[in-house]
Amino acid sequence: MTTKLLTALLLGTSILGTTGMALAEDVTLNIESWRGDDLTIWKDKLIPAFEAKNPGIKVVFAPSAPTEYDAALGAKLAAGSAGDLITCRPFDKSLELFKKGNLADLTSLPGMENFSPVAKSAWQTDDGKSSFCVPMASVIHGFIYNKDAFDKLGLKVPTTRDEFFAVLDKIKADGTYIPMAMGTKDLWEAATMGYQNIGPNYWKGEEGRAALIKGEQKLTDPQWVEPFKELAKWKPYLGDGFEAQTYPDSQNLFTLGRAAIYPAGSWEIGLFNTQAQFKMGAFPPPVEKAGDTCYISDHTDIGMGLNAASKHQEEAKKFLSWVASPDFATIYANALPGFFSLNSSPVKMEDPLAQEFVSWRGKCKSTIRSTYQILSRGTPNLENETWVESANVINGTDTPEAAAKKLQDGLDSWYKPAK
Amino acid sequence: MATKLMATKLMAAETRAKRPIRWHVGVFLAPAVLVYTAFMILPLFGTLQLSLFRNIEQSQVFVGFSNFRTLFGDPNWSVNFWNALRNNVWFFIIHMMVQNPIGILLAALLSSPRLRFTAFYRTAIFVPTVLSFVIVGFAWKLILSPIWGVAPHLMDFVGLKSFFTPWLGKEQYALTALSLVSVWQFVGIPMMLIYAALLSIPDEVIEAAECDGVTGMAQFWKIKLPLILPSIGIISILTFVGNFNAFDLIYTAQGALAGPNYSTDILGTFLYRAFFGFQLQVGDPNMGAAIATIMFLIILAGVCVYLFLVQTRLRRYQF
Repeated sequence: MTTKLLTALLLGTSILGTTGMALAEDVTLNIESWRGDDLTIWKDKLIPAFEAKNPGIKVVFAPSAPTEYDAALGAKLAAGSAGDLITCRPFDKSLELFKKGNLADLTSLPGMENFSPVAKSAWQTDDGKSSFCVPMASVIHGFIYNKDAFDKLGLKVPTTRDEFFAVLDKIKADGTYIPMAMGTKDLWEAATMGYQNIGPNYWKGEEGRAALIKGEQKLTDPQWVEPFKELAKWKPYLGDGFEAQTYPDSQNLFTLGRAAIYPAGSWEIGLFNTQAQFKMGAFPPPVEKAGDTCYISDHTDIGMGLNAASKHQEEAKKFLSWVASPDFATIYANALPGFFSLNSSPVKMEDPLAQEFVSWRGKCKSTIRSTYQILSRGTPNLENETWVESANVINGTDTPEAAAKKLQDGLDSWYKPAK
Repeated sequence: MATKLMATKLMAAETRAKRPIRWHVGVFLAPAVLVYTAFMILPLFGTLQLSLFRNIEQSQVFVGFSNFRTLFGDPNWSVNFWNALRNNVWFFIIHMMVQNPIGILLAALLSSPRLRFTAFYRTAIFVPTVLSFVIVGFAWKLILSPIWGVAPHLMDFVGLKSFFTPWLGKEQYALTALSLVSVWQFVGIPMMLIYAALLSIPDEVIEAAECDGVTGMAQFWKIKLPLILPSIGIISILTFVGNFNAFDLIYTAQGALAGPNYSTDILGTFLYRAFFGFQLQVGDPNMGAAIATIMFLIILAGVCVYLFLVQTRLRRYQF
């Protein structure tokens, strides 16, 4: 019903848009997206803000269902009926569109200079020479904790690994709270909130990730095995029956106040703010020794590109430059706490938890998830295998060394780094 | 009977006179044949064809049996394939050893004339069969959940808490647990088929047995069981086909990666991951089609064994 209504509304707006064009010679830009959840934000906040500054350009946000997006977009692009602006999935899916010539080259787009190379890496050719989407938002990994629980037990926010495990020990000894809310049933929690969360501190973020792609480091090297060893140590701090605990289970355990620490992605902020009845705080993955450089996973998640077949290239580019501007970043980041702008200029955010997360960008070095770029193109798929092996390590069915070896063997079987 | 005889005579007479083209046969068959061809046979051949091609540089190239060589020769594929096949066989064994005997037992109990509320039991046991896999998967996931599930509490109630483990999360139990969930869901089908077969046994046969002093358990083993054997054969083959095509329950309960550590991966989920891809894994329709072809051959082989070796030897009784 709602989809029907939505379609009707969208149809309505697009028809109105066209009539408007006929009358005032306005140009209408259509945005393809899978983020149906953001419809109101676009309609009420983002688009009016753009249109006010750019008379003569009308923008219509036309999302489709997330599961259908890639297929629907592919069909529309082939038929030539796709919108002018295309929301980009990170990495290979968008790269494929660029290679097919569906996405225009945006390397020289005004505004692209506002983004760091890490931010742009998700929408670049492998050599990093051409960019084809404007980065919109990223998600940051870290740990969210129950402030009330920490106050009650007199705990300090840990900054080093030893402190981290000392805190976990204290919570466990007290017994009121489950020390850490995480399960291994859905596999990806162990990999994404576990391995990719704490890993960058070991492999030194971008340095390690780039070396892995170049073939200079192997997953069996100590800096890639150590995070698995730390994960294995998490096991006693997880709740009873964590092997069958799903991702929503973990979320509920934490928001109901039954668990003290939640290995998190910043996308949880919106949900947790509405569900948790206690004060929350966040801390970045602890480092080895106090004073060490910290690294965080600041993973690029969503971007926007230009349909190469669009009839309104100039107007669309104007819009994309605006998307690359701090104005857009401020509105977007505040409307969706937890989805952080990738813009280099700092964005003012109201939400304290989101502020905490984004403040780490200032003191830590950013990287993206190690398995996403290039390394997950073959079979076996490194990302999926990392899910399985991270869960195995926590469950104790594989040793950290065995898990790392399996991953490297799988990667070696198809990936030959360019020498 | 009389009309049938007349019709046969009439037809025989007509045949002798001349053989008209019997249009009606074709006309009556057409809808079924067309629909079946369009939706079953063509896609089947499409799949077989797809499995012989490979996508090289954005175009489909004929590669012969190369995909199958990859599937069986490349350890990255073959390990997963044999694991899925092994799990699938275990899935099938559990159904044969648990679902069908329980189905027969329930049917035997239901057909007992002294049992009251038969209609209620029959309906209650059959209801899960009509439920969606998604409902069954999620309901059982919740029941067995170590955090919110009723299973740990109920077991605590009778003092068996120490026997509770997070079954769906343990490599050694997950597949068996899911097989039993599937048994729970589908036990109604063998029950109904056997029940119908038991009801169709004429009273005269039973009465004759009673006159000869064959009653109770002996009557079941010596009279009824041989008479329902053909039905059991049909159920076995239905179970076989159903199990080797299974996918939904595993997918809803464990996800496409069929965790933990692929311990619940069956051919259906393996095919799904290969064909459609998963997360960052890009789908490979050609390899997927190769797996689908192997699944088809396995099922075909099973059905042939049944048709040519088992069914021809089953004795049928005419009453």
